[in-house]
Amino acid sequence: MLESLLAVGGLMLLRDSVEWEGRSLLKALVKKSALRGEQVHVLGCEVSEEEFREGFDSNINSRLVYHDLFRDPLSWSKPGKALPGGPLEALRALDKRTVSGPATIALDSLSWLLHHLPCPTLCQTLHALSRQDSCPGDTPPGEQVRVLGLLHEELHGPGPLGALSSLAQTEVTLSGMMGQASAQILCRRPRQRPTHQTQWFSILPDFSLELQAEPPLESQPRSDPHTPSTAGSTAPW
Amino acid sequence: MAWSWEALWEWNAGKKPAQLRVQGPRPCARLCACAECNRSARFIGCGQRNCACALLPRVPVWWVLPSSLRSIRDSPSSHPGPPCVLELGMFPELNNLLNTTPEGAEQGKLTLLCDAKTDGSFLVHHFLSFYLKANCKVCLVALIQSFSHYNIVGQKLGVSLTAARERGQLVVLEGLKSGVDVFFRPREEPHPLQFLREANAGDLQPLYAFVRDALQPVDSGEAAWRCPVLLVDDLSVLLSLGVGPVAVLDFVHYCRATVCQEWKGNVVCLVHDSGDTEDEESDVLLNGLSHQSHLILRAEGLATGFCKDVHGQLRILWRRPLQPTTHRDRSLTYQYKIQDKSVSFFAKGMSPAVL
Repeated sequence: MLESLLAVGGLMLLRDSVEWEGRSLLKALVKKSALRGEQVHVLGCEVSEEEFREGFDSNINSRLVYHDLFRDPLSWSKPGKALPGGPLEALRALDKRTVSGPATIALDSLSWLLHHLPCPTLCQTLHALSRQDSCPGDTPPGEQVRVLGLLHEELHGPGPLGALSSLAQTEVTLSGMMGQASAQILCRRPRQRPTHQTQWFSILPDFSLELQAEPPLESQPRSDPHTPSTAGSTAPW
Repeated sequence: MAWSWEALWEWNAGKKPAQLRVQGPRPCARLCACAECNRSARFIGCGQRNCACALLPRVPVWWVLPSSLRSIRDSPSSHPGPPCVLELGMFPELNNLLNTTPEGAEQGKLTLLCDAKTDGSFLVHHFLSFYLKANCKVCLVALIQSFSHYNIVGQKLGVSLTAARERGQLVVLEGLKSGVDVFFRPREEPHPLQFLREANAGDLQPLYAFVRDALQPVDSGEAAWRCPVLLVDDLSVLLSLGVGPVAVLDFVHYCRATVCQEWKGNVVCLVHDSGDTEDEESDVLLNGLSHQSHLILRAEGLATGFCKDVHGQLRILWRRPLQPTTHRDRSLTYQYKIQDKSVSFFAKGMSPAVL
């Protein structure tokens, strides 16, 4: 199911944590979109363009348009290197850039945008960006816009998380065990019941996605009653 | 009379020994450092396995270099002893755990130091002396202690912060002192801690401007310092002073963009983990910085309480660069004991006191 995530348009949330980072999966999905011949726009807020492009070959990099909100997002530098209009205008401008043809927009990260924009404003912009205001039949599958949003779960309260969750067609929550990463995928399709699946995977150095089988039960550690549970813990360990 | 140490030193000092007579074959030019040759002071090839004399052609002894004599005289054995901590500075065992040296320090990294139920300031002192030894230009934003405190500890670790500041390698912002100055300056004059005057703490742009001006590379023909480094001790106090967590994250973001990305330097910050106190702002700051960091060092107090021989445990987590399929250990956990001039690390349960 992880392989077919890009078949669905709309907003996809990649929910990661300090222990299980999600930028690798975001880059893997960006690579898959680029290889399908789609336009790929990346709004980079947390890492530099150089760091984001690292690991991609020239074929992928040539299809990737990076909108730099990392260097000077708040116009502190002189002379300013900021994108005009700040984060909100940069986000709205992506809507105009993806008018024709299928497109993928990667937001790295939604957490940064949520810290700097009001939650209702951000949700409205995401709703417009992922073309959810049009009827499902109006947009042919070949012209769907897909928005991938990286979200750091520990940084937000239940209110903003719930609001974004209600907007998303797909939610991928990253976790893992014994060094092996897993994705819990919740998919919502119109007029269908939500589907839920867990997929173990690894990402190769060139950001190709490799699906894995579930680790055997014997290799999974038994829970130690004396060890404090990490569920809900704020620390990454 | 056979060659003796005294005779050789006289020769080295430019004085011809009174009488010189060599017993046996001529000694080789290169003075062998093996124990047997040293003991006999004859250097004619003792035949021991590590004796270099047998490998070299026999040449007149007056070709012996004075430096060879000095090095053998000063070393009681054939191998010099390990340098003491005072000569190295910092904590060598921690360098081993991090697999780094001052000469080979990585650049362009954000290192997060975190402590929970203990005092992690020893990590700040380690990195301060580490980067000074690495010949980096260092900016220390000291919000907790005075300069003299860091200087006293630095001297124990073999670095003089006073000397580093005088030669321009170290720039220090003393928060305790500057925090008072800000109230006696004209309002128009910018100050790094300007937020203290504001009713609404706002952002930390003036503090970022101070860091940028302190570490900006000088445009000269040859770089004086290896790379710029920012150390902040500590960021949690900014929350106590009324700055919001997002504002602190923005400050670190800009420091990362400028110091790490643009100038290929490093940033090291200390934050406190509030633990079970449900401090939402502290959690947002800690987790937000954790997501930005390349390396996280977390010092924790022992769950069982105080122990004379084990002062805490250190967890090390490597987060970036993204290496999805690396087989390298992403995290390590060691216990430690802080001594007067060093910190010793050992595996859990392997403290020398219990073995």
